[in-house]
Amino acid sequence: MVSVILIIFASIFFVGIVTRTKSIASGRKGPGIMQNMKDIIRLLKKGSVYSKTTSFIFQIAPTVYLASVLMAILMLPHGVHPGVISFSGDFVMFAYLLALGKFLIIVSALDTGSSFEGMGASREALFAMLAEPAFFILMGSFALFTGHTSFSSIFNALDFGSYISYMLGGLATFVLVMIAMIENSRMPFDDPKTHLELTMIHEVMVLDNSGFDLGVITFTTNLKFAMYGAIISNFFIGALPLILSIPLFMLIQFCFAVTVGVIESFIARYRMSHNPEFIFILTSLSLLIFFGVLLILGKFM
Amino acid sequence: MEKFLVELLNLIAIGAILCFPLFKTKGKGILAVSVITIQVIIASVVAISVFNNGLIEFYYRGSWVTGEIPIRIDYLSAWFVLIISFTFATGAWYGIRYMMAYKSQSGNLASHAAAYLLAYTALVDICLVQNGLVFLILWEVMALSSFVLVIFEHYKIRTLKAGINFLIQSHVSILFLTIAIMMAKVNTGTFDFTAISSSTYTQPAAIAVGLFIFFFCGFAIKAGFVPFHTWLPLAHPAAPAHVSGVMSGVIIKIGIYGILRMVLLIKCDMVFIGYFILFISVMTGVYGVMLAIVQHNLKRLLAYHSIENIGIIGIGIGLGCLGIGYNNPLLVASGFGGGLLHVLNHSLFKSLLFYVSGNVYQATHNLEIDTLGGLIRKMPHSGYLFLIASLAICGLPPFNGFVSEFFIYNGLFNGLISNNFLFILFILFAILGLVLIGGLALICFTKAFGVVFLGNPRSSRPLAPVNESFIKAAPLYLIALFILIIGVFPVLFGPMLIKTVCLFLPGSGTQATFELSNTLQSLTAIGWYSLGFIGLTALLYFIRKLVTAKRSQASDVTWGCGYTGSAEKTQYTASSFVRTYRKLAEPVLMIKRKKNEAAGLYPDRISQATHPYDKIEYWLIDKPLLFIRSFLKRFTFLQNGHIQAYILYGFVFVGLTILLPVIVEKIIELVNFLNQL
Repeated sequence: MVSVILIIFASIFFVGIVTRTKSIASGRKGPGIMQNMKDIIRLLKKGSVYSKTTSFIFQIAPTVYLASVLMAILMLPHGVHPGVISFSGDFVMFAYLLALGKFLIIVSALDTGSSFEGMGASREALFAMLAEPAFFILMGSFALFTGHTSFSSIFNALDFGSYISYMLGGLATFVLVMIAMIENSRMPFDDPKTHLELTMIHEVMVLDNSGFDLGVITFTTNLKFAMYGAIISNFFIGALPLILSIPLFMLIQFCFAVTVGVIESFIARYRMSHNPEFIFILTSLSLLIFFGVLLILGKFM
Repeated sequence: MEKFLVELLNLIAIGAILCFPLFKTKGKGILAVSVITIQVIIASVVAISVFNNGLIEFYYRGSWVTGEIPIRIDYLSAWFVLIISFTFATGAWYGIRYMMAYKSQSGNLASHAAAYLLAYTALVDICLVQNGLVFLILWEVMALSSFVLVIFEHYKIRTLKAGINFLIQSHVSILFLTIAIMMAKVNTGTFDFTAISSSTYTQPAAIAVGLFIFFFCGFAIKAGFVPFHTWLPLAHPAAPAHVSGVMSGVIIKIGIYGILRMVLLIKCDMVFIGYFILFISVMTGVYGVMLAIVQHNLKRLLAYHSIENIGIIGIGIGLGCLGIGYNNPLLVASGFGGGLLHVLNHSLFKSLLFYVSGNVYQATHNLEIDTLGGLIRKMPHSGYLFLIASLAICGLPPFNGFVSEFFIYNGLFNGLISNNFLFILFILFAILGLVLIGGLALICFTKAFGVVFLGNPRSSRPLAPVNESFIKAAPLYLIALFILIIGVFPVLFGPMLIKTVCLFLPGSGTQATFELSNTLQSLTAIGWYSLGFIGLTALLYFIRKLVTAKRSQASDVTWGCGYTGSAEKTQYTASSFVRTYRKLAEPVLMIKRKKNEAAGLYPDRISQATHPYDKIEYWLIDKPLLFIRSFLKRFTFLQNGHIQAYILYGFVFVGLTILLPVIVEKIIELVNFLNQL
């Protein structure tokens, strides 16, 4: 339960910090940290316009999207405190729940019969598919490393004994940060602030959503960021008591947000046609982690 | 009692087929459906009594050719009988409505119905009989009757071609099985299957493995493992919808049944067999879905997906075999458990998908995905059902596909924690494969559902009048209900699954049953969490309803970036949806492209067409065939049309047959003579 509260709390500030970092980096005054939340609340209060082409899919998709992310968050532990839902193999369900939300968002983009939204949908489906192996191999490596197969028991048993394991932790953090960038369609894979639909992924999918639904989708993105931040933080929290682990959690989320902001400020967006290659790198990195684990455990022949 | 029921099951089918001429077209349809229904009830009673009372065994005397014919109905048989029966029942109920469009073709319908009955009876019998020769005969009956089912629209040349392809490949499969059964017979001296297991104990390992490989090849053609899959994508689109559903749902699963039966019977090096099956299955799964995505025809797409799902089932079986080989009960439990459950699950959602695509075909007379669109408003029931089945086939919670895939994942991740390097590598390979399959299936079904049912129609072809109703779609909703029930309460099927899986556990010690119940416990947990997820979604949706009730709601055209004209032509199509993927996968795929680009001052009509083709089919079937044909062409001079020449051939043949032994004898004499020199 701790982790759920913490993640929701972190999600409120997350995108605000990203925006703030970006405006500081580019020397602008920029909006305040709470601006993003204010926007969402404003959206939630608005009425909405639905396209005549759309069906019930368009209406339910944002809700299912939010529900899938919330359900996934329920599975994440915080240090020694297991998530609300915890069972052997829970990270499989975690990934598949996120995929369910994605399925409906993609389908709802196709529901509008638009000439733009299919583009984003197509890319989202492809990139999500490409990023998935990286996550599974990462979790597989840690399952192999610790001998456990659920989020909380893996993180509890995680013991950074040697230098190589620190390297593994670092690599894993990098992979997770990149997965988070792909999943949330941020730079360098996608530019949410671009003015041209042809170059967007996520933003172009939700062109026709408005009002409450758009607010829900935007907030879900924030939640997803905080969710990945929570996974990353779990690599470092270990068995610390709550009084230390909560500030550490917040610090890691803050660093994560600043990193996202810095990446967005200083790295140009990759060419869309080269994105798959960059995403493949993540899979090979996680394979590297896997073989690193084998090395540490001495199982390498 | 059960003996009587099994006999009754067969007699009803034969009786019904004999009675067919007495009825009119409508009567034949009703007779066929009611007979199938009665048969299904009988078969289910037998199967459930097996699950309650254990193995049923009885013998027929047989003749001097076949030897004694043992009928053994164990849990594995019962599991498959139940699955086959359910799908055939829904297929018949759906099919009778589907076939109304063809009611003028009375004779054709009669043979179709008869073939349907025969196919069902043969399939059930295949699961029960344990005599090699009778097994082969039943297999042949099944192959022929499903051939008749496939070529229902035989007046279309493409259907006939696909049917003949199916017929030939079925017989290649029978050839393999015949060789394997002959090998077994020569080794054991009897056709009884149990003899195989006792003889393979004593013989050298290579013979047992060879026997298994022969059986595997035969069954793999039926099941559609890559590279034996090429008949599937041709036969499924050609057949009527309910036949495709039944074929993809259960007829190809009889191949899986065969493989599982042989795993039980043949005692050999299970480690090698496990790696072999695991490798082929991962290839099958990934290759199947990779090709599925680029297909333009809805039913062809679904057919390639059957190949993919066979791959997933195979991963389970391979894992289970490795579990037996390495003596790891957890792997056995999750491998075979996941595989068997996926057999059931796939039979549900795949038959549902084919039935719905049949609805689409009847409304549009067209299955080209790129020309469809917006069907959900015309056919809401079909739309819901297709969505549910798509989510299930992608393995997403809270539907049944997730449960079986999770089962397999659980085994894989637990298997990862091992000390054997080779084994870890294979497991990693399987995990990668399964994850890729999942992700690719998501692309494929967002495309299929999104383009066929959503958006606006992509062509101006008129729609046939559709009047859907809940009653008409009732058999389909029944399947959907099962899909959801297995997703939410997998534990309901637990006892049956445990009993079936225990067959595979050597010695079935306490450790094994403990692992099984452990796995099932986490399945129960998944069920509850899935239910919780449904609840959470419903709650959020309710909140949304409450909040937005007071807000203004307007409806307008889709945002077109300032363009206000008709947006039908500018919509994203299926081909453009998968374009990025296609570019990426180009090296593996084989896509023939025809492009007509704008050129010159007064350009012609521009166009582009892509024809996805199967690389394996090209290299493994088309190329060798071309080679054989060009080789045989050299002998065409023999077929010169002169009767005199043909009579000469006859004489030469007869003469050779008579003289050959004499010549051989002389040669042997000569050789002996030379040796003595």
